[in-house]
Amino acid sequence: MSETKIIADAELDTLRCLAGHLIPASPRHGVPGADDPAIFADIAGSMDRDASAVREALVVIDGLAGGRLTQADPVRQAQAIARFRDAHPALAAVIESVVARCYYRDARVLASLGVEPRPPFPEGYTVEQGDWSLLDPVRARGPIYRDAG
Amino acid sequence: MAARNDPVDVVIIGAGASGAAVAWALAETRMRIVCLEQGGWPNPARFPSAGMDWEAQTLGDYAISPNRRALPEDYPVNDDDSPIKIANFNGVGGGTVFYAAHFPRLHPSDFRVRSLDGVADDWPLDYRTLEPFYALNDRMMGIAALAGDPAYPDKEAVMPPIPLGRSGERIGRAMNALGWHWWPSDAAIATREYEGRAPCINLGQCGSGCAQGAKASTDVTYWPQAIRSRIELRTRCRVSRIETGDRDMATGVHYVDEDGQERFQPCEIVIMACNGVGTPRILLNSASGRFPNGLANSSGLVGKNLMLHPYAQIRGHFDDPLDGHRGPPICAWSMEFYETDPARDFVRGYCFQFSRGMGPARTAINGMADGLLPWGEGHHDAFRRLFEHSAGMASICEDLPEESNRVTLDPDLTDQDGVPAPRITYRLSDNTRKMLDHSIARGTDILKAAGARDITVKSPLPYAGWHLLGTARMGTDPDRSVVNAWGRSHDVKNLFIVDGSIFVTSGGVNPTSTIQALALYIAGQIKNRIYDLFD
Ligand SMILES: Cc1cc2nc3c(=O)[nH]c(=O)nc-3n(C[C@H](O)[C@H](O)[C@H](O)COP(=O)(O)OP(=O)(O)OC[C@H]3O[C@@H](n4cnc5c(N)ncnc54)[C@H](O)[C@@H]3O)c2cc1C
Repeated sequence: MSETKIIADAELDTLRCLAGHLIPASPRHGVPGADDPAIFADIAGSMDRDASAVREALVVIDGLAGGRLTQADPVRQAQAIARFRDAHPALAAVIESVVARCYYRDARVLASLGVEPRPPFPEGYTVEQGDWSLLDPVRARGPIYRDAG
Repeated sequence: MAARNDPVDVVIIGAGASGAAVAWALAETRMRIVCLEQGGWPNPARFPSAGMDWEAQTLGDYAISPNRRALPEDYPVNDDDSPIKIANFNGVGGGTVFYAAHFPRLHPSDFRVRSLDGVADDWPLDYRTLEPFYALNDRMMGIAALAGDPAYPDKEAVMPPIPLGRSGERIGRAMNALGWHWWPSDAAIATREYEGRAPCINLGQCGSGCAQGAKASTDVTYWPQAIRSRIELRTRCRVSRIETGDRDMATGVHYVDEDGQERFQPCEIVIMACNGVGTPRILLNSASGRFPNGLANSSGLVGKNLMLHPYAQIRGHFDDPLDGHRGPPICAWSMEFYETDPARDFVRGYCFQFSRGMGPARTAINGMADGLLPWGEGHHDAFRRLFEHSAGMASICEDLPEESNRVTLDPDLTDQDGVPAPRITYRLSDNTRKMLDHSIARGTDILKAAGARDITVKSPLPYAGWHLLGTARMGTDPDRSVVNAWGRSHDVKNLFIVDGSIFVTSGGVNPTSTIQALALYIAGQIKNRIYDLFD
């Protein structure tokens, strides 16, 4: 059984709800939220070494919501999430990591940031050389090391 | 019963930075040399930067923590009792597969800390002795640099320097305004075609393997040449113990091969190159009736004096866009606070390494951890203020040797072959804490002078135990050191150590150029003394 499968469908609903709270869609920036179907499918399939910690987080947050996060009203949801982040920062960090690493590789999100949706290799990037004359004052100061042989 | 292999002249354990250098340097002796490496060959086509999931992979199979990766070639490290967690790569190339390729040398004063500053011990050799080996190593690895750095004696620049970029310029102007030293970093990165290596194309992912092959990891520098010279490199072979016989000499090594079979490799000389954690682990695990406290450990110092170079990370955000994740992550250094200054409340010092930005996912993860990036409504606006707008630095602080900082064998934890795992016990000293605080204050000054906002600090940086030094120190006194001035064990006269464990003190710079220069130096000593090597 893969690590991911230890998370039940109902818990995945909780994760999706949480992901939408973490990074909501923004019409102004023209980006989907992290609960977008394609992005969330990526998140659900990419938990890798974090699957157990994610599951632990989801159990905690459902508990804080008094049952299921998805079934709580918006005020209760917000309260449960705030308490979760406050009381369980390490688990919240795991949720942030699994969500962010998929959200920020979605082609639509990258396009909105002006980033080409491609891996660094093989095209690479251009970086300006910079102005080497900036080093003139450093040179002018002379040696700064202790000549200890 | 372990299967027995044909005897060889030399067994090198570990194919990382130092193992590769010593193998290449000994090739001309025509001795029969075998290197046993617990991992495999890295596959550049599978390095993270070749896929869309490049950032996620650095938290998975390409994580720097062996405990997180937990791949078959990794051994677990119990680092619960250390604020700094161990990072490594176990495979051909060793740590150089993941290193940032920041390639400073130690300074002349680093070899004489007792004489100059009254602390720790002097090294049994000096900068001048190592200088030709630094230079040879620079050529073998292919170093990009700008000649004329006033923080060092003259040294050759093998290739043009890596780009300053917008980040380096921004920091450089601030350093000039403050009147402080800075210089483009020596980098083990090919900036033009070099010895069959393609030039750097600014992938920005040095830390998880260079898919372009521009970065000088030893799988693409020393090893191809060593193998052409008929050195045999056996991968997926994990050494568990070194065997000894009459006259307290090593007779060979026990290892588990890739099929899980236990083997014994007889040899005349053993050279250890497993790094500052892996080497004491195997020495301690080689305890026997003859050597009840572990091999080469009559001084009791095997595993002790572990030095990790505590880092403070200071980063800021700027209104103008900078380089983001493009380009070698580290672009420049400062040695302004390197040498001891009696006006400060600590001895010794640190360097700064200045770095560019991060990819989008890493920006988000760090931004949330730092409290700069909210959940919900404000996320997108805040993200756009951080992404491609960050730069900063890390201070690499010299931690002095202390016997209480050490590697021991964990009584319970083992690797998959049943070899005990190392356990790390490590504390920050008062001197180090003061140094970290000083670097945070000066780093903040620099970022403010550069116009940064939203400055964040992490100290000590927890997941930064990548410089593993001091656990089998060199010295002339057998009561106070594990190996002599040319890397030979005081106790076992055909056992040599060439990795970071032989450092006497840590200096305040990244260690790999010195580790490799020492490995070349020791290989030279073995060659020069071949007729009376064991006397
Ligand atoms: C993320 C990261 C960034 C870094 N950045 C820099 C940098 O910018 N500049 C710098 O100077 N240094 C840097 N370093 C440190 C650098 O990688 C090390 O200093 C260097 O690789 C150490 O060389 P070594 O020969 O001592 O050991 P290693 O290179 O670690 O090699 C040890 C080898 O021994 C093998 N081994 C261990 N035990 C056994 C066994 N029992 N049997 C068989 N094989 C075994 C291991 O698999 C490994 O391949 C970085 C390291 C990391 C992890």
